[in-house]
Amino acid sequence: MNLLVIGVIDGILTGAVYALMAAGLTLIFGVLDMINIAQGIFVILGSYLSLILEQHAGIGLFPGLIITIPVMFALGIFVEWAFIRRIGAENRVTMSILITYAVMIVVEGVLLLTYGSNYQSLSASYVTNSFDVAGHYIPEIYVYGFILSVAAVVVLYAILYRTRLGTSLRASMDNAMAASLVGVNVKRVSTLAFGIGVAVTAIGGMLFGAIQPFTPNTGYDLISRLLSIVVLGGLGSVGGALGGAMVMLIIEDVVSTVWSPTWAPLLYFAVLIVVLLIKPTGIFGRQAVRSQ
Amino acid sequence: MQSVVGNVTHQGRRSRKRLLRGGLTLVAASLALAACGSSASASSSSTSSSKAPIVVGTSLSLTGDFASNGLAFQRGYNVWVHYVNAHGGLLGHQISLKILNDDSSPSQVATNYQDLITTDHVPLIVGPFSSLLTVPAAKIASRYGYAMVEGAGGAPSVFSYGLKNVFDVSYPIKIAVVPTAKWIASLPKSVRPTTAAYVTSNNIFAEPQIAPAQAVLQKAGVRTVYNQVFQSETTDFSPLADAIVASHAQVVVLSSTSVSKIIDFVKIFEANHFYPKVLIGTNGVGEPTFVNAVGRQAANGIIEPNGWYPGYQNPLSKTFIKGYLKLYGGSAGSITASSAEAFGTGEVLAQAVQATHSFNQAKILKYLHSGAVFQTDQGPVKFNAKGENVDGVVQTFQWQDGGTKLVQILPKSSQSVAPLFPRPAAG
Repeated sequence: MNLLVIGVIDGILTGAVYALMAAGLTLIFGVLDMINIAQGIFVILGSYLSLILEQHAGIGLFPGLIITIPVMFALGIFVEWAFIRRIGAENRVTMSILITYAVMIVVEGVLLLTYGSNYQSLSASYVTNSFDVAGHYIPEIYVYGFILSVAAVVVLYAILYRTRLGTSLRASMDNAMAASLVGVNVKRVSTLAFGIGVAVTAIGGMLFGAIQPFTPNTGYDLISRLLSIVVLGGLGSVGGALGGAMVMLIIEDVVSTVWSPTWAPLLYFAVLIVVLLIKPTGIFGRQAVRSQ
Repeated sequence: MQSVVGNVTHQGRRSRKRLLRGGLTLVAASLALAACGSSASASSSSTSSSKAPIVVGTSLSLTGDFASNGLAFQRGYNVWVHYVNAHGGLLGHQISLKILNDDSSPSQVATNYQDLITTDHVPLIVGPFSSLLTVPAAKIASRYGYAMVEGAGGAPSVFSYGLKNVFDVSYPIKIAVVPTAKWIASLPKSVRPTTAAYVTSNNIFAEPQIAPAQAVLQKAGVRTVYNQVFQSETTDFSPLADAIVASHAQVVVLSSTSVSKIIDFVKIFEANHFYPKVLIGTNGVGEPTFVNAVGRQAANGIIEPNGWYPGYQNPLSKTFIKGYLKLYGGSAGSITASSAEAFGTGEVLAQAVQATHSFNQAKILKYLHSGAVFQTDQGPVKFNAKGENVDGVVQTFQWQDGGTKLVQILPKSSQSVAPLFPRPAAG
């Protein structure tokens, strides 16, 4: 198979996984007007939860999501209730960065104390098995991960655009004050949005851990990539997260495969700068994400 | 960051930008504080001594990218401290260790050594983990006339600054893959691989290992079909691995400071049913983490150059293993080469102190430069003018018996085992 085609396929398959992780980040930003620096470590926590279920309970990676998604949702609800809700309107972005950074340090510390700094990996037959597509082998986990990620993003979309909660979420994203005036319980919506945003990291974490080894420190690499994806796609836009992730991964993977990995991140960030110069709100970002 | 603020007014946007900038500054400050919040730990023996105890200072990566090796180094240094104290200390002084956490940061490691020397006034220091951190650390030590004996700073760049105070007890990293390359070159032409792929992270430890081995192989007619450098921050290796698979290279050299990256490549190779005749990983391949991650069958036949392994027949190595197991338990197979490097580092420093009967840095430096031979758990050590260990021997290991045994294949000796060639496909 042509190297260019291989690069595009790799980019699309891994892009969907990153899109899902970034979707949670952008949803939280959209509703709560805050940047969740802890999203990266939540993904890694999701990986460790899958590891625990796999090693100690013999529960497979995909069935394990039935447990890990609610657990991460509950964690998100707790963090929002315990810390985020108490941030005042003033200095909200600044304080949210600091508080979620603190949450990240605590989670990382707990994981380090519990599991140490050795690399861990999730294993299953579909992690090493692959599909033969025109002579090119594609690991099964990449295909299943792609399908699951796309399905999860579609569910997120459905929640946002086809449910009463979604209407409240979008109203809160557009104008929190106006939404509360028409009867939307913005506090409750914010809590649920944070919970949903963290819950998707259970899926992202499982897939991430199946694709590559992780330690408690891996969250740092992730959060920087996730932030650049949501900035490229447009902060507050779930579609933007999908688009941003696809653009990022396809550019990087095609350049890495066809040309040189040295140039891959450089070219991606060059594209990011050009996009932001032309459209400062990102590819799919709206001029008005919300009213203040 | 304009997109962060949505449709706020121009003034509001500027205000938000200021807030955001302030927030990022605070985050940067807190990051620095977190890194500065160095975790100090001390380890000392209960053996009594009439002389005042002395502190040996070091900076280690207890968190961050190098945490795995940093923590292994911490264990190695602790074993050394217990060993020295159990044998009467250094010149009659019991020793303790003061470890500052550098969070794998080159700037923090410099701050830490500055603090150890100027604030804590430690009489002795030992090196950090990784060549990347050894350079700034050695520069600070040089400023104050301290000898920097270290075990994980073997990259050529460490010795390129003309520093007279840095001494690496491990072998020079540039020669790591050369013995394997020479072995491949020595194979009969009928079976010798004809093509090779090289991929390395842009790291001062990983990158220098490629060119010398490539030169040997090219001279032997092994054509380079893929040769790429990737950024250390890269997290998605599927495009690189796919390109190597497409090259059908018969020899593959994977060089990185992070074993996770080598694991990624091997897993993708497995998924692609790609089994090069020779597969070399330059770091961490011999560790249990690697086998656990890729599986025993996939590990089978993979080669790693290193300075030490638990089966190494050397008296000090056996002493080190005994001390390690006493302190940390487990099995010899779980001990990493990084811990052994740290122990060897301490041993060289101790021998220099004992030979000079002094903690005077000038005397220690003079002795380390004298051409004296030191005994370590990695074998004999002798420094050239640059501080490289000219007696350093690369020992090459390979997973064999279905990935159940890590055996020494090079250099050939009564202990070594014949290399498994070609590497079998995982079954």
